[in-house]
Amino acid sequence: MNQEKIRVIVAKPGLDGHDRGAKVVARALRDAGMEVIYTGLRQTPEMIAEAALQEDVHAVGLSVLSGAHMALVPRILELLKSNGQENVGIFIGGIIPDEDVPRLIEMGVKGVYGPGTSTDVIVKDIQTFARRLFAQ
Amino acid sequence: MIDIQPILNGDRLALSRLLTQIENNTATGQAALADLFLHSGRAKLVGITGAPGTGKSSLVNQMAYLYRHPEDGSEPQKVAIVAVDPSSPFSGGAVLGDRIRMNSLSGDPGVFIRSMASRGSLGGLARSTAGVVQAFDSAGYETILIETVGAGQAEVDIAKLAHTTLVIEAPGLGDDIQAIKAGILEIADILVVNKADRPGLEQTERALKNMLQLAHPGRRVFQNLGYLEGENGSEENDQIWLPPIQRTIATEATGISELLTSIAAHQKYLKQTGDLARRERARLAAELDLMIESALVSRWREQLQDGAYAAVLEQLVSRKLSPQKAVQKLLGMEVGS
Repeated sequence: MNQEKIRVIVAKPGLDGHDRGAKVVARALRDAGMEVIYTGLRQTPEMIAEAALQEDVHAVGLSVLSGAHMALVPRILELLKSNGQENVGIFIGGIIPDEDVPRLIEMGVKGVYGPGTSTDVIVKDIQTFARRLFAQ
Repeated sequence: MIDIQPILNGDRLALSRLLTQIENNTATGQAALADLFLHSGRAKLVGITGAPGTGKSSLVNQMAYLYRHPEDGSEPQKVAIVAVDPSSPFSGGAVLGDRIRMNSLSGDPGVFIRSMASRGSLGGLARSTAGVVQAFDSAGYETILIETVGAGQAEVDIAKLAHTTLVIEAPGLGDDIQAIKAGILEIADILVVNKADRPGLEQTERALKNMLQLAHPGRRVFQNLGYLEGENGSEENDQIWLPPIQRTIATEATGISELLTSIAAHQKYLKQTGDLARRERARLAAELDLMIESALVSRWREQLQDGAYAAVLEQLVSRKLSPQKAVQKLLGMEVGS
């Protein structure tokens, strides 16, 4: 029996220690039938890219509350690409100023979610993204 | 088709993608496993099991770190970690959190950590864990640490897969009756009392020691049906392995070196007594049986007439036919009286 599962890493890069949001999202993705690799706090871009490689994930969810997203995200994208994983979708939640959102999307980020976003929206976006990957 | 050469050459992305194929049980994954089989059989397989929260992941982290940084200055071994966590029986999803404890291994290309969801399997491993382990073995990982789902009493599949099985306990869990129940403690080649700085250490150790003294362990090999066959010392070599009890404090890296020494001693014992070959033989026989079963079932399904199964099932539901007779009917066997 062939069973394809959506695999997602949920990680917190940077130095802030507030991971409730990340846990809520991890739980929501789990309840949507995904396999969520939860890597915990204070992950460097290198650690996140390495985990993405070893776990062969479809998507990486990042929770950033520290304001460091414009430094962290390009580095993660670059590392994924150099590992041959440019297909992996990056989704970001946390505190992201409005003016940064278009810049992140332009870099290749697939979705940005601020406070109060329903987890249903995140689940749907990742499912849609993964379905497109499976179809390729 | 998957080209296995990059995997044999150490391409990590190719390996990672193959592991997904194996987990998903695809035809390409199975074909690659078949090609890789002849390159396997070199790795040392160490199983780590125990109740949730006893510190399995932290311990695996420290063990892998020490294999990568040997105290005696010997060549570090390539280490693969296969960490299994449970899938939700409702959504089929999972939160795999074993990596959280393994941060100190990151950035080391000699370590490969793969998290697996159990995907409905109940024995403490996923159905495809053996395949994933074989892929790591073929890819040249010398030590493979297999961490089970947080296991209670009966999740003993790990003992069939691993050469050396560690059962992790922590002070304050259960009494001496827990210790003489059948199941998980029986499969231990090495008993580890982790969190040894917690109160209750002496009682836990005493209960485990008593358990070991109550039994007269023989040489144990898993048979095809999953029972341990005990052979009581009639062989040419009647060395008996008594599971040592090791104290560790994983968060402080205390006792890890002694633990690795015990594992090495057990591996040496397995080789000297021929148990290693015997365990391998039993494991491969069990695997072969499983594959034959599933091949026979799918062959039978292919030649089954449309609707025959549904018709028999209908008779079964309406109590017109017993399950025993239904099997005979479906398999085209003579229906006895």
